[in-house]
Amino acid sequence: MSDIAERVKKIVVDHLGVEESKVTAEASFIDDLGADSLDTVELVMAFEEAFSVEIPEDAAEKISTVKDAIEYIEKQKAA
Amino acid sequence: MFQLDGKAALVTGASGGIGAAIARTLHGLGASVALSGTRREALETLAAELGSRAHVCPADLKDPAAPDALVAAAEAAAGPLHILVNNAGFTRDMLALRMKDEDWQAVLDVDLTAPFRLSRAALKGMLRRRAGRIIAIGSIVGATGNPGQANYAAAKAGLTGMTKALAQEVGSRGVTVNMVAPGFIETPMTDALSDAQKAKLSEAIPLGRMGKPEDVAAAVAYLASDEAGWVTGATLHVNGGMAML
Repeated sequence: MSDIAERVKKIVVDHLGVEESKVTAEASFIDDLGADSLDTVELVMAFEEAFSVEIPEDAAEKISTVKDAIEYIEKQKAA
Repeated sequence: MFQLDGKAALVTGASGGIGAAIARTLHGLGASVALSGTRREALETLAAELGSRAHVCPADLKDPAAPDALVAAAEAAAGPLHILVNNAGFTRDMLALRMKDEDWQAVLDVDLTAPFRLSRAALKGMLRRRAGRIIAIGSIVGATGNPGQANYAAAKAGLTGMTKALAQEVGSRGVTVNMVAPGFIETPMTDALSDAQKAKLSEAIPLGRMGKPEDVAAAVAYLASDEAGWVTGATLHVNGGMAML
């Protein structure tokens, strides 16, 4: 697993207070990890801060799973 | 009751009559206070009077970048913010027919947009800590209107809507957002009125006198307290009964 993926998972675990084993790539923040809409906004902001990337609102809306977040950040960092 | 020991508060407009009273009251209840305003000297004087737990954080809220910088400076000086009091504001009164776009915008910028920016900046930490108090100082004219104050009344009414929206957004995190709406308060601004004018004003107030800055500060202290933890989205009218809303 990439470094970015590891860090994304850690942020999710810390923020949502869920068990690490539940934070799979396919896990949906809202449906599987118990996040509410404010959590998802806070997660996006935490990603922005941790990875020094800017995630515009329209992109943020499409990030609903752990995998979505990892892929988006990897693409930004590769660009 | 209402103790604020170990809590940090940012009060904007602390160089003014109402803002200074709010800062004194919160400080007296044990809070560390960050005093903001444009007049550094007045802030320094107030900080010297309060002694420890008082920090001077000058800011010009007309500057769009000032709110973020102010919250950062206040947290660096006083600690993670538990209380934000959006008190700073000013008036530029004239009948609408004579009101230029610039007169409208200047009041909206400082009295409505700056409180939004400050709230947004302060909320980041409050949400993480699952605790916080945001208190806007509105005005009776935000509810009743007042000739000559289209800009000011719009800004203060806008704060009411913003308060209610934010209260719903962050309630699940233990952060409350409320408003205190003063009526006629004795400040340097109202000192300019003649005794006859003041007497006439007081006749319209069931409690028979103008308000004091401390009357407003006590309402803020209540909303800032742990005891007010189940009150959010509310406007507490402090106007001697002049308008019963």
